[in-house]
Amino acid sequence: MTRFVAGRIGVYTLIAVLLAFFTIPLLWLATAPFTSDPSYEVRLPDFTFENFQMIIEHPYALWSLVNSLVLSIGTAVLVVVLSALAAYALSRVRLPGRDALLYALLLLSSIITGTAAMVPLFQLAIELNLIDSHTGLILILSGGLLPAAIFMIKDFMDTTPKSYEESARVFGASPLQIVAHVVVPLVRPGLATIAVWTVANVWGNFLMPYLLLSDVDKQPAAVIMYTLYTEGGQANLKVLSTFGLLYSIPVVIMYLFVSKKYGFRFHGGIKR
Amino acid sequence: MAAIELKGLTKVYPGGVKALDSLDLSIPDGEFFALLGPSGCGKTTLLRTIAGLETATGGNVVIGDRDVTGVQPGGRDIAMVFQDYALFPHMDVTENISYPLRIKKVAKAQRQAKAGEVGARLGLEQLMDRRPGQLSGGQQQRVALARVMATQAKAFLFDEPLSNLDARLRLEARTFLKKLQRELGVTTVFVTHDQAEALAMADRMAVMEAGHIRQIGTPSEVFQRPANTFVASFIGSTPMNLLDAVVRGDTLEVAGCEVPVPALAAGLLTDGEKIVYGVRPEYMTYTDEPADGSLSGEVIIVENLGASHLVTLEVAGVLVQAVVPEGREPALGDRGHAVPRGDRALAYRDGELVSA
Amino acid sequence: MAPVTSPPDPAKVTDPPPGRYSSDAAGLGRLRAGAFVAPALALIAVFLVFPALWVIYLGLMNYRLTGLAAADPKFVGLDNFLQAISDPGFWDSTWLTFQFVLGSAVIGQVLLGFTIAWMLRDWRGPLKRIVEGLVILAWILPSAVVSFLWVALLDRDSGTLNALLGIEGFAWLLDHPMLSIIIFNTWRGTAFSMMLYGAALGNVPPSHLESARLAGASGWQQLRDVVFPHIRGHILTNLLLISLWTFNDFSPFLLTAGGPDGKSEVLAVHVYKTALQSGDLGYGAAISTVILLINLVVAVFYLRLLRSKR
Repeated sequence: MTRFVAGRIGVYTLIAVLLAFFTIPLLWLATAPFTSDPSYEVRLPDFTFENFQMIIEHPYALWSLVNSLVLSIGTAVLVVVLSALAAYALSRVRLPGRDALLYALLLLSSIITGTAAMVPLFQLAIELNLIDSHTGLILILSGGLLPAAIFMIKDFMDTTPKSYEESARVFGASPLQIVAHVVVPLVRPGLATIAVWTVANVWGNFLMPYLLLSDVDKQPAAVIMYTLYTEGGQANLKVLSTFGLLYSIPVVIMYLFVSKKYGFRFHGGIKR
Repeated sequence: MAAIELKGLTKVYPGGVKALDSLDLSIPDGEFFALLGPSGCGKTTLLRTIAGLETATGGNVVIGDRDVTGVQPGGRDIAMVFQDYALFPHMDVTENISYPLRIKKVAKAQRQAKAGEVGARLGLEQLMDRRPGQLSGGQQQRVALARVMATQAKAFLFDEPLSNLDARLRLEARTFLKKLQRELGVTTVFVTHDQAEALAMADRMAVMEAGHIRQIGTPSEVFQRPANTFVASFIGSTPMNLLDAVVRGDTLEVAGCEVPVPALAAGLLTDGEKIVYGVRPEYMTYTDEPADGSLSGEVIIVENLGASHLVTLEVAGVLVQAVVPEGREPALGDRGHAVPRGDRALAYRDGELVSA
Repeated sequence: MAPVTSPPDPAKVTDPPPGRYSSDAAGLGRLRAGAFVAPALALIAVFLVFPALWVIYLGLMNYRLTGLAAADPKFVGLDNFLQAISDPGFWDSTWLTFQFVLGSAVIGQVLLGFTIAWMLRDWRGPLKRIVEGLVILAWILPSAVVSFLWVALLDRDSGTLNALLGIEGFAWLLDHPMLSIIIFNTWRGTAFSMMLYGAALGNVPPSHLESARLAGASGWQQLRDVVFPHIRGHILTNLLLISLWTFNDFSPFLLTAGGPDGKSEVLAVHVYKTALQSGDLGYGAAISTVILLINLVVAVFYLRLLRSKR
């Protein structure tokens, strides 16, 4: 009995330590934006909102969030449409070399990372005149995310019974009608998952925009955030904390949305 | 309404598996026809080939007076109910039933009127706004039926239409389906692995094994005179007694007992020939008293079938089964005698029925 | 002139070549399926496969970002690779990367992730959701934000950590840069392992655990005899994936930028600094090729594992 009690106490102590470990670094983000004179140290905020005023007046902060949004949505649309088309064809039609192709895609998506490919991607962007271009960055990001997206959505489609499509087919629906009337509505949760996954990936991505966008008017929030705390003298903690919070909130909302709607189902490689 | 005609139909899957081996079959207009067989026998492939969901490797499919072998499923003027019903989960019952009409570009008001009419006929009036996920299995099945009825197709194809229902509902649905088919008069082919279902519903049936049709006939023909030992052992809720026998003049020697030659095989057997003697337990009369031409042995198992009992006798090391009416069942260890009905007993030579 | 033909006899059975239309579920056919796949493959080919192949070629040239070699690059064969092998900076960086992967992924994330999943396995209710939520929050927040949060936390003069520990003036990022990024990455990445082990533990049949408990097995014995044999595959999957990700992780750059004096310059940062800051693209490409090869080895192991499970 005493051993049991000791064990319980041990478990709760460990939980308390873990909670502290995971909470303390985050506290600053929750308090500093609402403190009128924030320092590095976590202090009780005096609940002011004037820091947010500074963000509105800041020349790049709000625009960088718009840039992040443009990049995220653009990439998500491209990735969802292209991966859904490809995954559907790969799931339903025995194309020659299909299994080899899928194997190659899986391999590629895991070995060619931003780190390994930053040098050639930078060169490629220069050659194709894609430096400082949102379109170019969207294409490059999509190319990197597509293999994993195709894989995830194909998994989803493989578990959807074919009888729905066959049924529509017997009633005389054309292939495109089948895709529009039956397939897209059936796999909508899968498409939503891919969209959220892509947005989360691009929203947080630092390396690629840092590498390929030098024009500060075009840089997304990740790069501006880094610039704010590394460049030029004493960092403005009012702007930094408030901006960091604004930049983080969409991710948290998306997470809550996904876990509420689909229950945060476990996808092998949801994040790279 | 149309007849269905299959000529030399062959289906070979990539990799060389022969699912259908040169099948010939004709199903007259308005018939309720069953494709029966164990799993993997090719019955579902046959149905899907008629539908056009599988392309034939050889042979022809003729529906009505049109050869549709090279025609897309949508152009064959048929409608199909899938095993899982394939009701679109994102559409309500009205939209599901009227989907075939939407494809045919029928105006929305007309579509909905038709769906309402067919739905009402199947007792779905109260459910027209529901999604399939909110319906019971039986209701889903009726929606699937309503959807094929809305098509005005020339022939209906049902893939295991009852297998997704629980046992009690299945019996009700069986009666309902048979009545509906009779009223509509549309040629209907259905696939089942359940011999009782095929016997109960079909006008005629084909028993399949390994890509071949082993027998075509009415349920009575197939039940009473199975054309071969495969059909004999597959049909019937209690398996037929299939016993090795030797011809001895006018009688057969079976497990040390003597029984008369089956009426059907009279004059067709030669003395000393080895055959298989087949008789259903239902066609055996059980007595306590020794009788002529009976199979006699010790009662080793008695199984309750409800209104009757299935009695297993051990006759010289061979098991023989007979159905005994309730109240007449023997006790274990009794010595019993089973007398086969001469007009229902059968003789099989090399697995095939011996008959004139 | 149209040839005179008799109207086709409906009863006559002709013999059309079968299989003229496609027999996939939607009747898509190979041509249309090919058209569906093509745009995605084109994008992958141009922006993923081509760069990977090109990096090998670049590694064989003396490309520079600026200067004479930028205008007229020459083929230098394996010089870049030889330069890397003889460069102590490369080996230092490789050793630091090894420490980073071993410390933050293999030890930190796996142990912490499993411990949390194991402790929370039978829990329901708000405390479990809070713990899981916080761990996941650390994982999903943008790397630029969490990096700064740790910069603030570890600040020498007014950081929260020093205030809590009461050790003013302790320069974590300057004096212990590797320890800092290892702990940071453990904090950042534990969520994946926690969720994977949570899912794996959910698949251990309760009857097996119950029969072990009935036989009087202690907690540790249950772990060893029932749980580990069931989740061995998951552990291996987890190890390979997080090693791969950590190996390619660029976020140490956001925290220490490889400094001070290269003391936390893992390979990902090393490539960036040599190729894009110092402008030696050829040498950077040679190191990138080495990273690709290491990734390939790990990925092939991982895919082998996936296949053997199926």
